[in-house]
Order: sequence, then structure tokens, then C-alpha cells
Amino acid sequence: MKLPVYLGMLHRAEGELAASFRTVADGHGDEPDVRSICTVLAKQCDAHVEAMRPLVDRYGSQPDDEPERLHAVALPEPRTGPLALLRDLQDVHVLASFVDMTWTLVGQAAASLRDEELQRIVTECEAETTTQVAWLTTRMKQSAPQALVVAG
Amino acid sequence: MVDRVADIWGTRTAFARGERWPVRVDLKLADGVAEADVDRWVTSACVLCSNGCGLEIAVKDGEMVGVRGRATDVVNHGRLGPKGLFASWQGVRNGDRLTRPLIRVGGELVPTDWDTAMNVIVERSKRLLAEKGPLTHGFYTSGQLFLEEYYAQAIVGKAGIGTPHMDGNTRLCTATAAASMKESFGSDGQPGSYSDIDECDAMFLYGHNMAETQTVLWMRVLDRLAGPNPPRLVCVDPRETEVARQAEVHLAIRPGTNLALMHGLVREVIAQGWIDEDYIAEHTIGFRELGDIVQPWTPERVAETCGVDAEDVRRAARIFGTSDRVLSTVLQGFYQSSQATASSCQVNNLHLLRGKIGTPGNGILQMNGQPTAQNNREAGADGDLSGFRNWENPAHVQQLADLWGVHADKIPHWAPPTHAMQIFRYCEQGSIELLWVIATNPAVSMPQVPRIRRILEQESLFLVVEDLYLTETARYADVVLPAAAWGEKQGTFTNVNRTVHLSDKAVEPPGEARSDLDIFLDYSRRMDFRRDDGRPLLDWTCPEDAFRAWQECTRGRLVDYTGLSYEKLRGGTGIPWPCNEEHPDGTDRLYGDGNFPTQFDRAESFGHDLLTGATVGPLKFRALQADGRAILKTAAYSPASEAPDDEYPFLYSTGRTVYHFHTRTKTARSRQLHKAAPSAWVELSVPDAERLGIEEGDLVRVASRRGEIVVPARVGDVREGMVFAPFHYGYWDQGRSGPGDRPTAANELTETEWDPVSKQPILKAAAVRIEKVADGVGPAPAPTTTASRPADPAGVPPTVGGPEAEVEERPWITEPPSVPDEKDAR
Repeated sequence: MKLPVYLGMLHRAEGELAASFRTVADGHGDEPDVRSICTVLAKQCDAHVEAMRPLVDRYGSQPDDEPERLHAVALPEPRTGPLALLRDLQDVHVLASFVDMTWTLVGQAAASLRDEELQRIVTECEAETTTQVAWLTTRMKQSAPQALVVAG
Repeated sequence: MVDRVADIWGTRTAFARGERWPVRVDLKLADGVAEADVDRWVTSACVLCSNGCGLEIAVKDGEMVGVRGRATDVVNHGRLGPKGLFASWQGVRNGDRLTRPLIRVGGELVPTDWDTAMNVIVERSKRLLAEKGPLTHGFYTSGQLFLEEYYAQAIVGKAGIGTPHMDGNTRLCTATAAASMKESFGSDGQPGSYSDIDECDAMFLYGHNMAETQTVLWMRVLDRLAGPNPPRLVCVDPRETEVARQAEVHLAIRPGTNLALMHGLVREVIAQGWIDEDYIAEHTIGFRELGDIVQPWTPERVAETCGVDAEDVRRAARIFGTSDRVLSTVLQGFYQSSQATASSCQVNNLHLLRGKIGTPGNGILQMNGQPTAQNNREAGADGDLSGFRNWENPAHVQQLADLWGVHADKIPHWAPPTHAMQIFRYCEQGSIELLWVIATNPAVSMPQVPRIRRILEQESLFLVVEDLYLTETARYADVVLPAAAWGEKQGTFTNVNRTVHLSDKAVEPPGEARSDLDIFLDYSRRMDFRRDDGRPLLDWTCPEDAFRAWQECTRGRLVDYTGLSYEKLRGGTGIPWPCNEEHPDGTDRLYGDGNFPTQFDRAESFGHDLLTGATVGPLKFRALQADGRAILKTAAYSPASEAPDDEYPFLYSTGRTVYHFHTRTKTARSRQLHKAAPSAWVELSVPDAERLGIEEGDLVRVASRRGEIVVPARVGDVREGMVFAPFHYGYWDQGRSGPGDRPTAANELTETEWDPVSKQPILKAAAVRIEKVADGVGPAPAPTTTASRPADPAGVPPTVGGPEAEVEERPWITEPPSVPDEKDAR
């Protein structure tokens, strides 16, 4: 069974996502909504990491033998130029989308295994991750015209 | 005669549930003028709060000489509050007004003529549009203009320039009212009516110091309280306001914890079975999700988070859950706090859970702060699409394109309208290069004003300020345009419960001052904005032209004005919309039939996630299949971002006093009001004062991470651990744009932070420290008549107005007016 590979991937990626939200919150403090919401979302990711612990304990976590191609890793540091906010949010969006889809796929496995605990955790966490992706989209769409058309 | 500075609410005219509120006509004339001396009485309504009291302006020898409440008006039945009585006319007719345009030459503002001033603006505007496009332009307006002016401005901004960067200071006062109604009901539009006060068995006031902010509405409550079968009152407020003193249950919660309390009330109402399951099934969606979110919030947990007694939470929930008819009102204590929209939606939810909405006595009043804030929201000068249209619905955008004769893509609808805080951020970053500020004073009223002042003086920003006076903000301007005031121009405006009033022109504006409508029309002409067919974009010649155009914009919408006319509005009373063929006399309440505008084609908004502000979007909204049902939604509680710590141990909240409005530009020019509350103060509790060695009147420094104020201390009735400052006191009366060495503006300390959905700034939760600077020379200048009263009255002279504050009151002189038909609006 390869579910432990995906649980491990997801567990790590939620941690990376939490760190990325914190990086953006700290690096873009002049955008107060970004700072406050990214802080809240980072805490959600922390809670997901916690919620997954019993699952990882139960199923274990295996590395994948396949090579990692698009790396799901945290933002190392915030950017600073005129496009900094947009680019940082877009990077986080890529990572959050990866997490979101991984929850979906783990949810598929949970359904076929009829594992109720796993299904419950997937349902709760996936809904929050989907909202995280939606918030990132909303915020980027708001920023894009000003950043791409008029900002110096 | 009654001293209406000392006796704010005047003589009682008690009445019982179900009776009509008795008439009391309030009259104030200038010294030496008798009623018989008045040449003309001109139809108008008061613009010194959001209540919208019908009145007549007394004119003698071409000058305003006083005001008289209209007995026949459904809003006030003749009464006026202190601000209306003293400041509505004295606040605009005085020697301080701007009478000529000013332009900046060599760093100084110098008088000029209109041609020169307008050409400077138009030249800059055209150059920016040609070089960089419409996103360089921003407008920051007001809750003070007339409907016709907002609609003109909305068309100029959206169809002329094509910028999404338009907002008003309504963002600071009513944005959450609008947002919560959009989220719950699908559209802005007040469900309740003031007449619900006459009919209710219980009233809940959430963060709403009605006694000071809407004095005439509070008179209606006091008259019910003085009569048989008075309503039971519940007050949520960290200060001991007059409302709190009258309340059966006062929940003095810790600032920043509104949502936790609301979760507790909703949970208790559900847990005790005080809900209407049939109504919930037929008329709402989202019940299960709501139940999940509130489930952890037992009264004990609420007590711990909010710092109140669990038993009081149960008592409040019981009053809500068991009263036959219940009315809720909500204002800045919720709107200017963290999680504003989620908390305000919970008020809507409580009513939906019991089906207590839209029938006599069962109402919600999501309040406004300013007199014409409603019109800014309706017309879309705040960036919303005019007529409560939905920027995510292409059919709605096309309707506006057809009305205005431009291509739909000219109208910005690719993203949410830019809210005020973001507009100032773009100015700060230099991408908005022309900011036009109209009838508001951000240098005092915005959060974190040291930052706002830095932005206003940036070289990269071309600042146009249109105002009555040389305000703190106007002192930063490149061009200052002198505007005509209330009473000097004609137009309509709409109050909290959708009641539309006409305000006729009573006198000529001073000097060369012009109405804001004329200024917009002039700008549009000079910019040569045209429809696609080549005709001028705005070809109106008078306010009534604008009103007729607006009526067309509202045809078939919830906010339907098509049944109104200026003539009809001169009939003795304001009229609440929707007013159309079906409801020719207007509509007192909405949603009595449980049919809400959440159909895809009707909705003004597809909604947001209330924790983050993520948009729901058209696809997901369709999938919800609300289809006329209200949406029960809220968010998980999340603590405020700035909590007190060792360095800044107090929670700081800002607010208002009964005697002043906004930044005092009108009210401080009334001698009666100025004397009642002449300068700034800060309130702290008795135990905190004792610990810090501070006595009444001592000069104290209150500092946050962003700035400080130095003002006298009132040892008063606020919650322990909390500090309160009125936000009215800037620097214009000292001839300055900023603090110099004596900072007094409450917003020196506040944080730049806002609700994720309504984008309303959070002005009621900052961490501060407080220290004594010097002994006092007397008591603090805070009024003793209201929530700012001293804890120990000894040694503090009571606030009185004396002979000049005497007002004639004529109670019971005629039969009260009746409200329009009570058929439900569709």
C-alpha cells in the first residue's frame, strides 16, 4: 500500500505551507491584511500537521522511490521588488494547490479503505485548504492590475 | 424651554407597545428671532447623524436662522437631537467657510478662480490617463454628500475614468452593515424599521451606543421604557453607556471578543430549542455548518474569553429566545472591531433561527454612522456597482453599460472595488498619483494618522480636496475646492431604515462655493467624457435630472426609487424604498415573506468566506442553490491580532461623544456644542487610575506602537484594563494639519488593520500604555451627561448649556404620523 507515501508527502507539505504563510506574513507586514490572514492560515496548517499525526503513526510514512520534480518546499525568504507580493503569493498558491490536491487524493484512498477517522480529518482539513487557495486567488486578482499595469 | 445640552433627550412622551410614538416638535431659532419673524421654512432633513430626522430650515433675510422638527415625518415625529438643533445651521453658516478655490503655489495655498483650479486638475488628470491609464486615479468621498452627487461621481469614476479606486469614509462607518446584509440576505437593504421600536418586546443593542450616536432614536426607546409594557433591553458594550444603564442585562465584554459572545448566544438559542425549525428549513441554508462552528461556545467558555458572567450570557440568550417580538441594532462596537462581518452576520443569524424578521417588532437595524452613507452604498461611489448590482455578474455590468452608454469593459469589474485602506496603500506606493478627497478628513479620521499624514504630503501624490473648510486634510492639498453645504444646495438622501428625504436649497452658498454635483458635472465636461454615441456622459443640468437618471438605474432592483419624486418628497415625510408601482407609499420592512434576494440573478454579491474574505464566486454560489433563502454564515473565532502585553498592557478603544460629529468641522462651530465638549480626553477605570496614581483631570500620555496622545484623564466607567478616547479631536482649530507638541487625535494610536470581508478598519482594539505627565488643573473636559461621566461626580461640574442651549419643545401637539403599508417587499 502506497498511502503512507502520500501521507508523508502531505504531512511535510503542510509544514512547508505553514512556514511559507509565515514568511509572507513577516515579509509583507506593510500589507496588513496579508500579514493577519497569512498568520491565521499558518495556524490552520499547524493544526493540520497535528491532526495528521495519529494517521502517520497508524499508517506510517514512507519516502517515495520516484524522483521529486516540482518541489513542494517553503519560500526561503520574501521578495522585495514591485512584484514581490504577487510573486510570493503566487508561489504559496502553487504549494497550497499541491496540498489541496493531495488532500483530495488521500480522501479518495480513505473512501476506498472506508477509514472513517481518515475521512473525517480529510473533510475538515481539505475544506480549509480549499479556502486558503481561494483566498490567495482573491488577493492576487485584486493586486494584479495595479502591480502589472501601473506600479513602478 | 429645555436646556438640550444638559437634557440631551428632552421631555418624555411615554407610549405603550403597538401605539404610535407621540409627536414632540423641537424648535431652535437664533437669538432674537421669533417663529413669526421667519420668512420661509424650507423642507429638509438633518445630516448630523444617520437617523435622518425630517426638519424645516428657518430662513430670514436670506440666512439660515434655525431649525424645526417636522411633526409629520415618520422618522422623528418632530424631534431633533442636540447636534441637529445647534450645529446643522450654525455649523455651516459662519465666517470660517472656504469661499474661493485655492491652489498650491511655491508651497503655499493661494486663492484663485474656478477656471484656473479646474484646469490644473483636468490637465493633471488628462496627462495621467494618457500616460498611465485610469488606475492612477483614486477618489475618497464621504457619508455627507447627496444621492445625486454620489451617482454623478460613480458614473464619472466608472464610465468616465474607469477606475476601481473609489471609496468613501463610509468604509469606516457602515461598510460592515452592507457586508453583513450581502452575506446573509444576498444584498444590501435594511430589513427593519424604526417602527419596530414601537412594536417590540425586547431590544438588543450590539456595540451601539444609541443614546449618543442616534439621540432621536434613543428618545423613541426612552419613551417606550417610560410607558406600559416596556421592552426588555440587552446591551453589549465595554463601557457603561446610557444604554447599559437602562439595560436588564449589560454584557461588558472585553474588546475584540464580539464573535465569541455571538457564538455563545447562537449556541444557547439552538441548545435550548428556541428556534423555528420550519422557518430554518424553508427560508435558510447553512444551519448544520453554523451549528458546528458555535458548538464549542458554552456560556462558560464565552465567560472566560469575553470576561463576563456565564449566567448573564444565559439570561441574554433567554431574553432573545423567548421574547415574542425582538429587535436588534448593531453599530461601531461591532463594525470597528475584529471579525466585524462574522459577528454582525451572527446577529442576522439569531433572527433567522427564530424567523424573527420583517414583521412588526421583529427587526434588524444594521446601523449607519453618517446621514448619507446609505446613498454612497446605493449609488456606488464606494466602488460597489450602482443599484446594488453585482460586479461578478456580467448581466448586471451590462445593465450599467447600457444605462451609461459605454462598453461594459470600461466599467471596472475584474476584481472587487478597491477599499479605502488599499487606496491609501496605493498612494503610499506611488501608483495612485491623483487622489480626490471629498467632504471628509482622513488626516484625523483614518487609522494610524501619522502614516496617513505622511502619505498625504508625499510628492508623488496630487491631492485635490473638496470641502466646506480648510481641514487638516485640506492643508495638504494641491488644489482646494470650496463646496456648498447642506441648505445651500438641493438633493436627496436616505437614512438607516431606507427612508428617503429631500433637502431643498434654503440659502445661497458663501462666496464662490459650488455644490459637489456642479463640481463633478464641470469636471466631466472639461474632461470631455462621452458616451459611445458621442453624447456627453453627463448632460444633467440640475439635481432633479440626476435623481431621474438614478430612478432608472434602480428600476426593478431591491433599491427601487421609481415611485418617488421631489414633489412627493415635499409631502411632509420621508418615504422608505422600495417605492414603486406596487408600493407607491414606500415599504416599512423587508423580508416579511421570507424571500431573500439570493437568487443568482438578484444577488448583489456571491459572498465571501468570513474568516479570510476569499470570494465564493459564481460557480460555488450557484451550487449553494440559496434561491431566495437566507444564508446562515459566520466564521470561527480568532483573537485580535494586537493583544495587550507587558509593554503595552491596556486595550485601547475609540469612539464618539454625543456633542460632536466626525472631526467637529460643523459641531465645534456651534458654540453650544463646543462648550459642552471643548477638547480631547481619555477615559480609564477607577482601579487602573489608582494603580497608576492618576487622578481626575491629570495630564496623561497614552502611547501605542504607532504614536501617542497627551490629554487629560477622565476617571470613569470603562471596563478595567481598557482605555477609551473620543476620535473627534484633531488640529484644525489650532490652525495645524498635525499634532505639533500636543497630540490629541485618537487615531494617532490606532492600527492599520481591517475586517477581511467588509474591509472596515479595526479602530477598537489597540494595545497601549498610559502614564501620568502632569497634575491636572481641573477636571477633564469630558461631558458628565453620558458614558464619559466621572466615576466620582464630586468636584466635576455638571455639563450644562445655559440659556443659549434652550430649545422649545411642543409635545403631543398633533396626532403622530403612520408608517407606510406593511405589505412585504418583494
